[in-house]
Amino acid sequence: MAEVDKQALLQFLLRMGDNTLILGHRVSEWCGHSPVLEEDIALANTALDLIGQTQLWLGYAAEVQGEGKTADDIAFLRDAWDFRNVLLVEMPNGDFGQTLMRQFLFDAWHSIMLGRLMKSSDKTVAEIAEKASKEVAYHLERSADTVVGLGDGTEESHSRMQAALDYLWPYVGEMFESDDVDDAMAAAGISVDPASLREDYDALVCKILSDATLTIPESRFAHKGGRTGYMHTEHLGHLLATMQWLPRAYPGCQW
Amino acid sequence: MYAQLVKTAGTGVKSQEEMTDQEREFQDKIDRDIKIEPKDWMPDDYRATLIRQIGQHAHSEIVGQLPEGNWITRAPTLERKAILLAKVQDEAGHGLYLYCAAETLGVTRDEITEMLLDGRMKYSSIFNYPTLNWADIGAVGWLVDGAAIMNQVPLQRTSYGPYSRAMIRICKEESFHQRQGYDAIRKMAEGSPEQKKMAQDALNRLWFPSLMMFGPSDKDSVHSAQSMAWKIKINTNDELRQKFVDQTVPQIEFLGLDLPDPGIKWNEERGHYDYTDPDWSEFFNVIKGNGPCNVDRLAARNKAWDDGEWVRDGLLEHARKKAARKHAAE
Ligand SMILES: [Fe+2]
Ligand SMILES: [Fe+2]
Repeated sequence: MAEVDKQALLQFLLRMGDNTLILGHRVSEWCGHSPVLEEDIALANTALDLIGQTQLWLGYAAEVQGEGKTADDIAFLRDAWDFRNVLLVEMPNGDFGQTLMRQFLFDAWHSIMLGRLMKSSDKTVAEIAEKASKEVAYHLERSADTVVGLGDGTEESHSRMQAALDYLWPYVGEMFESDDVDDAMAAAGISVDPASLREDYDALVCKILSDATLTIPESRFAHKGGRTGYMHTEHLGHLLATMQWLPRAYPGCQW
Repeated sequence: MYAQLVKTAGTGVKSQEEMTDQEREFQDKIDRDIKIEPKDWMPDDYRATLIRQIGQHAHSEIVGQLPEGNWITRAPTLERKAILLAKVQDEAGHGLYLYCAAETLGVTRDEITEMLLDGRMKYSSIFNYPTLNWADIGAVGWLVDGAAIMNQVPLQRTSYGPYSRAMIRICKEESFHQRQGYDAIRKMAEGSPEQKKMAQDALNRLWFPSLMMFGPSDKDSVHSAQSMAWKIKINTNDELRQKFVDQTVPQIEFLGLDLPDPGIKWNEERGHYDYTDPDWSEFFNVIKGNGPCNVDRLAARNKAWDDGEWVRDGLLEHARKKAARKHAAE
C-alpha cells in the first residue's frame, strides 16, 4: 500500500475507532444510575458492544500504523488533538433523554455507514463492519424506540426530548463532512464519501422523529472539528483525564 | 453474604404437636426436599421472612453495582473495562432475577424498591465500604463475590423453588466473577512495586469487611434455627466464615501478599485456620448507617430513581397512547 494511502487509512480507522471508544465511554458512565434496571442492563450492553468494536478498529489502526503499538496504547496514550471522533459522541450525557437522543442520532449514521463498509475493498474493514452492524442494528432499534416512547410520552418527556434534539442537532452535520481522507478512502473503495449517506440518514431520522412528535430544527448549521482533530469540545479533555489516568500515572505496567 | 441479620418471623421452631395439619404437611415437604412453589400454601412467617431475605439480597446486587461502577470509567485497558462493565451488568441481572423471585411472594418490585430507598430495607454491609484503588476491583471480585458464593452455593438447595432457581443461575456467574477478580488482583500482586502496594492496600482494607459479610455468630439463635428448619438458611454464619477463611488464606499466600490479620494461623487440632474475629461494633455501626459510604450509596440510588421518574412516566404514557390508538383502529 502506498504511504499516502496508509496515512489516510490510519486516519479513517481512528475516526471509526474513536467514535466507538468515546461513545462507549460516555454510555458506560450510566452504569448503576439508570432510571430502570432494564435500561441499566441495556445501556451496559451498548457500551460493551462499542468497546468491543473499538478493540477491533483501533487494533487494526495499530497494525496499519506499524509502530508496534496496541489498541490500548492508542486509546490511552494520545492527547485530545490526536482524537478523531465526531463532536457528537463526546457531548455529555445530560439527562437520560439527552443520552438516548445522542445515541439515536449516532446509531442512525453508524448503521448506514457500517452497511456500506460491509462492501469495503479492505477485507478487515469489511469483517469488522459485518460484525459491528449486527450489534448496531439492535442499538438503533432500541434508541429509536426509546426516542419515540419519550417523545410521544408525557408533556414533560416530550419537552425534554425536544430540548435534547435542539441541543444535539448542530452536531449532526459533522458526520457527513468530507475531506481528503474521505476522498482517498472512497477512491480506494475502502470507504464511501460520508456526504453520500445524508439522504438515507435524513429519511430514517425524519421518520423516527416524526413518530416521536418532535420537530427537527430548521438550521443546518454544523459544529465541526472533531473528526479532523482541529477543535474538539472542552468536554473531551475531562473524559480523557478520567479514562487515561491510570496507565499514564503508572506507565509501562501490565493490568 | 448478601442477606445479613435477616429477621426470621415467628417465635422459633414449633414442635410437631404445636403445628397445625397444614404446617405439618408443609414442613414434611421441606424435610423431603420437595420445593415450595408460589401457588402452594405456606406459613405467613415463611413468606414474610423470604420477602425480607430475597429483597435484601436483590438490593445488595443493585447497590453492589456502585462501588465497582466507581472504577468503570477509570479501567486501565479496554479489556479490563469490558470485563468490569460486563460484571456490573451481571449484578444488575442478578437483582432482576431476585426481584422476580420476590414478586412471586406477593410484593412488587416498586414496593420493595421504595423500602430500600427510604431505608426500611437493608443491603449487605460490604457495599458501604469504598473502592479506593484499581486493585480493589480485583479484591471485590475475589473476596466479596467469593464470600457471596459461600452462602449462595448451599442456597441453590433452598426450599423455595423460585429462589433456588435464581440461585442456580446466579452462582454460575458469581464463580466466574470470583475467578476474574482473582486474576485481576494477581496481575497487580505480580506487577510493579506500586501495583503490589495497591493489591496489599485493597486486601488489608477489605479483609475484615468481607468476614463481616457472614454476619455475627448465630449458632445460638432461635430465629436462625427456624430459618434452617425451613431450609432458607443452610449453614450457620460461623461455618461459612470459617470455610471462607480456609479457602482464602492459601490464595493470599499464593499471591505473595502479607496476611491482613496477624491472628491467622493454621490450627492443626481443629484442621482450620484460626483468625481474629472482626470488630462487631464497627459492623453494627455500618448497619445503623454509619459506614464510610452509607449516605452516598443511598443518595445515589435515590437520585437514579428520582431523576428517572419522568422517563418511567413517559414510557408508560406512550404505551397507554399506543394501546388506545390500536384500540381505536380496530
Ligand atoms: Fe451478584
Ligand atoms: Fe458477582
